[in-house]
Order: sequence, then C-alpha cells, then structure tokens
Amino acid sequence: MAETTTFSEDLVGRGNKDGAALFRDWFTDLTNVAEEGRGAAYVFVMGSLNEILKTFDFPIVFPEINSLQTAVRRVALEFLNDAENYGYSPDICGYVKADVSVQLQGGKHPMGTIPKPSIAVLTNACNTYIKWAEIWERMYNIPMFTLDVPGTRADGTKTSKGDEGFENDRKYVAEQLKELIKLCEKVSGKKFDIDKLREVLGHANVMSRGWKRILEMNASRPSVFSALTDGTIFLGVANGLRGTPEGAQYFNQLVEEMEYKVKNGIGTLTEEEFRLFFVGVPCYPIFRRFNEFFTDWGGTFIHSTYLWFASGGTNLGFEYDLDNPIDSLAEGVLVNVRDAMDSMFHQHQTVLDLITPYQLDGVVYHPIKSCRTVSTGLADGRRYVMERKNISTLFIESDMMDQRVVSEAQMKNRIDAFFEGMISRKQTATV
Amino acid sequence: MAQNLKIFDGWQGKALDDIFAFCRELVEDPDYPTVRKWREAGGKVAGHFQVYFPEEIAHAAGFLPLRICGAQVDGMEAESHFGSYLCSIIKTSLELALTKKVELDLFVTHPICDAARNLGAIWGRNFPYKCQILYLPQNPNSSYSLQYLTDEYNRLKSDLEEIAGRKIANEELNRSVEIYNESRALMRRIYAIKRETPWLIAADEAFCLIAVAGFIPREEYVEFLKAVLPMIEAREMKKQDKMRVVFEGGFCELPPVDLLQTIERSCYLVDDDLLIGLRWFLDDIKINGDATRSLAKSYLDNSSYSPVQHDLRKPKEKMLLERVKGAQAEAVIIAAAKMCEPGLEEQVTYSKMLDDEEIPYFVSEFEENQTSFDNLGIQLETFVENILFS
Repeated sequence: MAETTTFSEDLVGRGNKDGAALFRDWFTDLTNVAEEGRGAAYVFVMGSLNEILKTFDFPIVFPEINSLQTAVRRVALEFLNDAENYGYSPDICGYVKADVSVQLQGGKHPMGTIPKPSIAVLTNACNTYIKWAEIWERMYNIPMFTLDVPGTRADGTKTSKGDEGFENDRKYVAEQLKELIKLCEKVSGKKFDIDKLREVLGHANVMSRGWKRILEMNASRPSVFSALTDGTIFLGVANGLRGTPEGAQYFNQLVEEMEYKVKNGIGTLTEEEFRLFFVGVPCYPIFRRFNEFFTDWGGTFIHSTYLWFASGGTNLGFEYDLDNPIDSLAEGVLVNVRDAMDSMFHQHQTVLDLITPYQLDGVVYHPIKSCRTVSTGLADGRRYVMERKNISTLFIESDMMDQRVVSEAQMKNRIDAFFEGMISRKQTATV
Repeated sequence: MAQNLKIFDGWQGKALDDIFAFCRELVEDPDYPTVRKWREAGGKVAGHFQVYFPEEIAHAAGFLPLRICGAQVDGMEAESHFGSYLCSIIKTSLELALTKKVELDLFVTHPICDAARNLGAIWGRNFPYKCQILYLPQNPNSSYSLQYLTDEYNRLKSDLEEIAGRKIANEELNRSVEIYNESRALMRRIYAIKRETPWLIAADEAFCLIAVAGFIPREEYVEFLKAVLPMIEAREMKKQDKMRVVFEGGFCELPPVDLLQTIERSCYLVDDDLLIGLRWFLDDIKINGDATRSLAKSYLDNSSYSPVQHDLRKPKEKMLLERVKGAQAEAVIIAAAKMCEPGLEEQVTYSKMLDDEEIPYFVSEFEENQTSFDNLGIQLETFVENILFS
C-alpha cells in the first residue's frame, strides 16, 4: 500500500512537470543555436516534417508556439503593436504578427532567443502558413518549401489506401518529400541517411501510438486530463520533440501516468459535473482564467479538436513502416495532415460520434478572430450538430492572441448561462 | 436544350453607353436572370467560387459555369452560419444560395484562403448536391504538380460527367478550350485598350464587360465582345490629363462599381487584378492531345498571379512591378477587401517594394457592400495632387 502511494506521488502530474521542463530545455537549446549564429528550420504544427528535418539535425523552430507563448505570458499585445506599426493590419492572424515582431527584434522572445531561419518548411493545411513563410523568404532570402497535401474533397468522400484518388495524392506527396530531402541536403550540407530516418520514424511511431492512447483514455470517468490545459502541454511536446528519443520516452511515461489515473479513478477535477468537448483554438490571452470559467461549475474538457489538428493529425496513431520509410512517410503525412484539415472543416460528424462514448454533456465552440481556417465553419457546424442531437452548445468568440477582443465579463456571463442551462436540462431529465 | 438557348439578349442594337448600362445592371443583379433562364430551360449550373476554375471542363459537359463572387445583398440568412470576423464575399455567396437566388447542380470552392476552403464543407451541410474543394496545387514548383493537377481535373471531370449523365469526349473539351481561348483573347484586347488608350473605356465599364463572362455561356460572350470591341475602339473620346494607376487587390472580393467610378474621376485605371481568374492565362491554351493536361499545364506555366497562388517563380511584388511597368503606371492603389487575410498581408509586401522603387502608392480597404465613397474620393484626389505638385 505504502509503495503504491509513493508511486502515485511520483506519477500523478509528472506529464505536466516533465513537459514544462522539456519545453524550457528546448528553448534553451534554441537560444544556444541563436548565439552560435546557426540557422534553424522554421516549421508549423500541421505537418511539421520533423521526421525529415531531424534526420538532418536541423534545430526546429515552431513560430506558432513562440507566438502563443507571448499570449500565455501576457505580453502579446506589445508584439502585435510592433507588427501593426510596421504595417500589418489588426485583422490578420495574431501569430503572424507576433512572429514578425520577434524577427524585427532579432529573435528576442520571453523564453529566450529565437534563431534565424535557414529554411522554411510548411504544408498547405493553413493558407496563412504560406503567406507567413513568404515573409521570411523575403526577410532572409531563404528557401521555402511548401509541401502541398490534398485534403478531403467533400464530406463523406475520404479516400483510403488502394483507392485511385488516394494513390494519386500519395504519389504527389511522395515526390515532394523526395524534393524536400534534396533541398535539405543542399541547405544542411549533409547527405541523406535513410537509416537515421528510420530511427526518427521509430521515435515518431512511439509518440503517435502514445498520443492516440492518451486521447482514448479520457473517455474514462472521471476524465484523467483536461483537454484544454494539460492537453496543450502534451501537444507542445508532441510537436516540438516529435521524432526524438526524449519525445518518445515522454509519451511512454505519459501513457503510464494516464493508465495509473484511469485504474485508480483519479480525475482532473475533484467533482466532475459536466464533460465538455472543445471545438476551436484556446483563448491564450486569459488561458487559465478561461478554463476556470468552466471548472468553477464542475465542467472539464474531455476532448478537443485542437488536440487533433494542432498535432498535425498524429492523434490517429498512424505508424510508419520502417522497412519502406519514404513511401510510408508519404502515406502518413497524407493521412495525418488530411485529418488535421478534416478536424477543422469536417468536424461536425466526429463531434456527434463522440458524444456517447465520451459521455459528453456539452460542446463549446470557440471561433477566434485570428484564424479563419479553424473558425469560418464553426457556426454552421454547430447548427448541424444541434439539429441532430439534443446537446447543449456554447458559441463564444474571442482570440488566441489579441486581448483587445477578449471580453472577460461578457464571456463569463455567456458561460454561466450555458451551465445554468445544462443544470436545468439535467434537472428536467431527472424529473 | 439549354445548350442551344440564347440567354444573353437585349444588348443588340443598343448604343455603346446603353450596352455598358445594361451590363452593369446584370452584374449588380443578385437574381442572376441569365442563370435563371438557363435553368428554366433545363440546363445544369456549376457554381464555382473565386479565383480560378477550369470552366472549360464544365462547359464541355453542357453546364453553365457560374462564377460565385458574392453580391450586394444583406446576408441575413447566411449570418447565422458564420461568426463575426470574416470577409463579406464568403457570407453573401452563401446568402445567394440559401435564398435561392442562385440554384446549382454542383458547387466547387478552392483552397485559396483559410475562409474559402471552409465553403465546401459549409455548402455540403446545407445543400443536397455535390459540394467540393478543387485542390489546385500550392506547390506548382514540384516536378509532379502537372500530373497531380491533371489527375485532379480528371476527378472533377468524372464528377461533372456523373451529374450530366454522359461522358465528355476529349474533342468536346478541346472545342470548349478553343471557345474560351477566343474569349480570353478578346478580354486581353479590352486590357490593351485600358493600357494604351484608357480614355476610350472607363474602369467601371471595362470591369462590367469582363464580369458578364461569369454568368453567360462563353459562345454568347464571344459574339458579344466581337460586336462591342470595335464600338469601343471607334469611340470618340478626348484624352484627359489624368494620372495612370494600377489597382491591386480585387482578385477575390470585388469592389462596388461605384468605387471604380470614384477612382476613374481622378485617375486612369490602366491595369488591375479584378476578376483575374477569368483572365488567368497569358496566352492561348494549346489545343492538342490530352485536353485536361493542356489545361493543367497552362494553369501552372502560362498564367498570371494572385496573392492566393504560391509559386516560387512568381514573387508577387515582382509581378506587381511588371504590371506597373507594363502599363506605364505612375502610381498604385494597393487595396484589400476588409478581413481578407491574404490581401491584407500582401499590402505590406507590395508597399515595401514600392517604397524601394520610389513608386507612389495609396493603401485602402473596401467591402463589396460599401455605399459611401466620398472620403475615398477626397483622399484619392489629395493623393494625386500631392504627386502632381511634389
């Protein structure tokens, strides 16, 4: 008994603690790279291509993560103002503007110094990625590689391995990956090592397997992590350390922690009253407070589309075939990035499908000013869900970066009314 | 059959000014009377969102390709399908369909921007017909992009064939390409007039002439332009002492016609990117062999530019500079539709380049539903005067 208690004390909360430490180490490494005057690969969360870039030992910079860190640390406005003074409109993506400001300040960032890019690698999962990378292309005269990943053409028409459409798309992705490898050889001055790629893919497989398992485990009651707060920490590691031994170890240990919590009924809240699904991007300018608006009522976020698309679709748990690394990577990139896009554009049916297995009481839609990719279809998706399922939903708009469009009081009123409605619904159901 | 039906009549025998007024009336009419006439005769309609769509494929299948590019409507029905932070064209385009001002048999959008790529799913949740995204390549620099785009066009062709209930022969597609080539050559003539003798055609007049191509059969459009172009060229108009400007920023959401008239009062608009998708090809598409492959090749290698097509061979600021020099423009209006992410981002790139080149520019935002142009007119006049007297 005593042994179990000691074990739990070490285990519960380890993922959050270790995740934060890994993050700090990552930024320390980036600061060292910047101080040594070396360049980094700039990438994005939806299709980072870490698998290839790690094979060439590129230091990896995720400007989206840099930007959201300025919001979480409540200094985003200074960065936004800086970019707006430079000429960017208040109506464009806040991530882009915060990054422009970081670049204009020579990489100065609250968590360290961001090295300059030597290459930019992106997918078309978000169109703003393309416009964003074009800014670096002009600022630094660096190569920019756009990996074009075709998405699902229409709802309900997703293709699978062996289908003509899927194979056409896979070939396109595979040829582009080969072109990317050639470009990486040129930029890094290193010869491509397929065995090293296998090694990186092996670590990525462990992470994908673990990520899928962790998300599934939150179907347990009580839920074992908050998809909004804890999930964002896990997500950071899933992106930043993808394809590394540290990342693989982290996810193995995270699975261990979550399994322990499931087994012992250790929930994220003392009293879990309402199980919620989050659709959209978190409100980073008031990250903790936003979550408290829900937890104060006993509400916790069980799942989130953010954990799907912002992990580049690795939530599917796709594992690469190490005997056939390039073709398998092409298949995996296609499947994962396409799924990330589906999680933004076609999420309505998946939300409906998860209501019963995850025992959901409500769905919270949070469109944001900064991101049309995620936000444009949410009101319509919500209508679709409400027409088909008798479940409470909440639609609140704010931003992931810009505190000028975050109205806490108004938001709280809406959230309170949402919970009052759910309480009334439960009482009616009991009667 | 609709294919042989004339749906664009009423312009024959009119004076040129009356023809322009007639075109404007149609361009601003959200009820699309020509499309309605086509449908009433049993014709099928393929609606496609901005910027570029290979209309030839739909045309060869017997569809009327309809350019969905918003409208000056309130958007009351569509309002509940969207959040707050969005450009107008997305909302008003859906409004047209929800209120049955346009009725379609197929809807196609493109991954041109973060908002537009959502339209396929949104449309699909609200209408029973096929609604999809045509994934035009965002890596045209890949050696495989031609094969990919050919495959993608063939996929679209299959969908059109399924709805039409018949196959499209390669010869039919080549015939459509031929008609479209002819129409684009005539459009290029309009733009040559704008550049060389801008006093012969005002910005709003040229815009309406081009826009008509978005909602009538291309055969009728060719016949129309063949009749109208000589009338424009024979027009007796006096050259005025106006500044030559390029307008950039109308590649998707379109400015109101009144806005173009406001510009025209103080400037000659000698080139622009308005409705660039209709004028996408720099030259004729070659008519030989596999027609879908020819269409794909021209899209990649023989095309104009826009902020929503990424191509390492076509840096946007370099392309704009070529447009400015090609039109011998003295200044540029860098516009963007409100809340248009790619347009607003490109404004910065353009302005930095124009600073370097010491070319005067005027930065502005617009909205398709805008009704007041007084301030813009005053600002533009001041801008022009500043340049003239500097």
